[in-house]
Amino acid sequence: MKKIISYSWLAIVALFMYVPVLILAFYSFTDSTTIGTVREFSLRNYVTLFTTEELRDMIVGTLLLAIGAALIASVLGTVGAIGAFYSRQGVRAAVETANQVPVVNADVVTAFSICILLIVVFGIEKNTFIPLVIGHVVLCAPFVYLAVMPRLRQMDSGLYEAALDLGATPFQALYKIVIPQIIPGIISGFMLSVTLSLDDYFISTYTKPATFDTISTYVVNATRGAQTEIKTALWALSTVIFLVVILVVVLMNVASSGPAKRQEVNAYDSREKD
Amino acid sequence: MMNIRFSRKQLCIPYALFLICFVVLPLAVIVYYAFTDGSGRFTLENLLSFFSNGNTIGTLCYSLVIAAVVTAVCLLVAYPVAYVLARSGLKRGPVILMLFILPMWINFTLRVTALKEILTVLEGNLSLHPFLNTVIAMTYDYLPFMILPLYTTLLQLDESLLEAASDLGAGPAAVFFRVTLPLSMPGIVSGITMTFLPAMTNYVILDMIYNSTYIMGSLIGSYFNIYDWNNGSMISLILFAVICIVTLITGRGDRNNAENRGAIL
Repeated sequence: MKKIISYSWLAIVALFMYVPVLILAFYSFTDSTTIGTVREFSLRNYVTLFTTEELRDMIVGTLLLAIGAALIASVLGTVGAIGAFYSRQGVRAAVETANQVPVVNADVVTAFSICILLIVVFGIEKNTFIPLVIGHVVLCAPFVYLAVMPRLRQMDSGLYEAALDLGATPFQALYKIVIPQIIPGIISGFMLSVTLSLDDYFISTYTKPATFDTISTYVVNATRGAQTEIKTALWALSTVIFLVVILVVVLMNVASSGPAKRQEVNAYDSREKD
Repeated sequence: MMNIRFSRKQLCIPYALFLICFVVLPLAVIVYYAFTDGSGRFTLENLLSFFSNGNTIGTLCYSLVIAAVVTAVCLLVAYPVAYVLARSGLKRGPVILMLFILPMWINFTLRVTALKEILTVLEGNLSLHPFLNTVIAMTYDYLPFMILPLYTTLLQLDESLLEAASDLGAGPAAVFFRVTLPLSMPGIVSGITMTFLPAMTNYVILDMIYNSTYIMGSLIGSYFNIYDWNNGSMISLILFAVICIVTLITGRGDRNNAENRGAIL
């Protein structure tokens, strides 16, 4: 009885989370323009999604921005974490505090402050994409830093010293000894950055060029004055993203099952304890 | 020639500069704008007008209420989910957890669009129930952020403590309220910080479901639209202060946040 109640709660919550997305997915394969009116099977929305130049530009732009910002953030955050890890306590504490600011701050506030600094004070044109990219890097880099730091703490510090003793230059030791040990942290920081950037609305609205749209800003604008054709094409976009996410999750589960998985769990446990 | 020795510490410099330029400096600039008027003279006008204006104070209170209700609903919905996933010995617990986390990776504007379509079918006119719809939409959006930290804390709960409590004569309810619940506080706290703060500021969700009421974030948005940097900065500063206070009260919550967001991957 207890089991039935608890499992049905899981089911109810799962339904709440999935029903809207699934219903939208269902209707994206029909030619109906409102939910509730079933018409016929049609791939029209998908054709619109992939052939309308505006939509294609928007999707490609969002992806390029996410990957670009995540790459910059990964390099900056990783290098910063390594540097801070070996720095004096005071320096590290200062970096850590500043690093926390974008993490806890509301995205609107981060976006507004960056917009004021770069666009109002420095007068950088939005059209240069510089404020947009910087904004996204500010959003992502602190999370890379936080993903890499625990890996540095778990690292065997003797190996770096040993490499130096055996004649490696500090740079070689860093590149060949430190980086390989923290690579899982860098990868998860990068992935997290991509998802943060893809999901961002506020930084983009406040810093983007008027002619450029990310998925978030585009969808929000579309809900305001929607052409029906665009609106239903966005249903198709939502479905495509949903399928891609499922695919990625399944692939990651397959890739990390087996012995690697156990290591992951141990690493996570020890991270929690300190 | 001078031999400049490469030091690992120096690697900190680019990131420290980056943080100074794009994190510290923007904050300094909004402090400056918040306490000056359009012509750059020092003034407390922006601060005073925030606290003397019924609308802005009302907005602050409304945001706090919305955020508190959304957080409470998320907690009440998510706790049983996390508890069952972590404690009931489900064989495929982690996989089912994935099911509850996965929607987080779909762009939130698209998810809210989906929810909006469903709510429109159910309710007809969305603007009739602005408060209810806001709570539903935000709960829908933030639920994964609440489930995950609760799950990780509950998973690490020491089973022997629960057994000890019931051996010593505590009933199931007493075990839950006096052992399980206090021990899951870290997860609760980090879940609260991850939903409460966004719920105060994410005005796009309100916009999308045709809610014309204002929360704190909307104020920044409306000042941004009319290029009023000074008042916008003051609101940002006040929000930042609220965020700092919440973060200080909840203590280490912030670090958990990041780790939780990171741990998902």
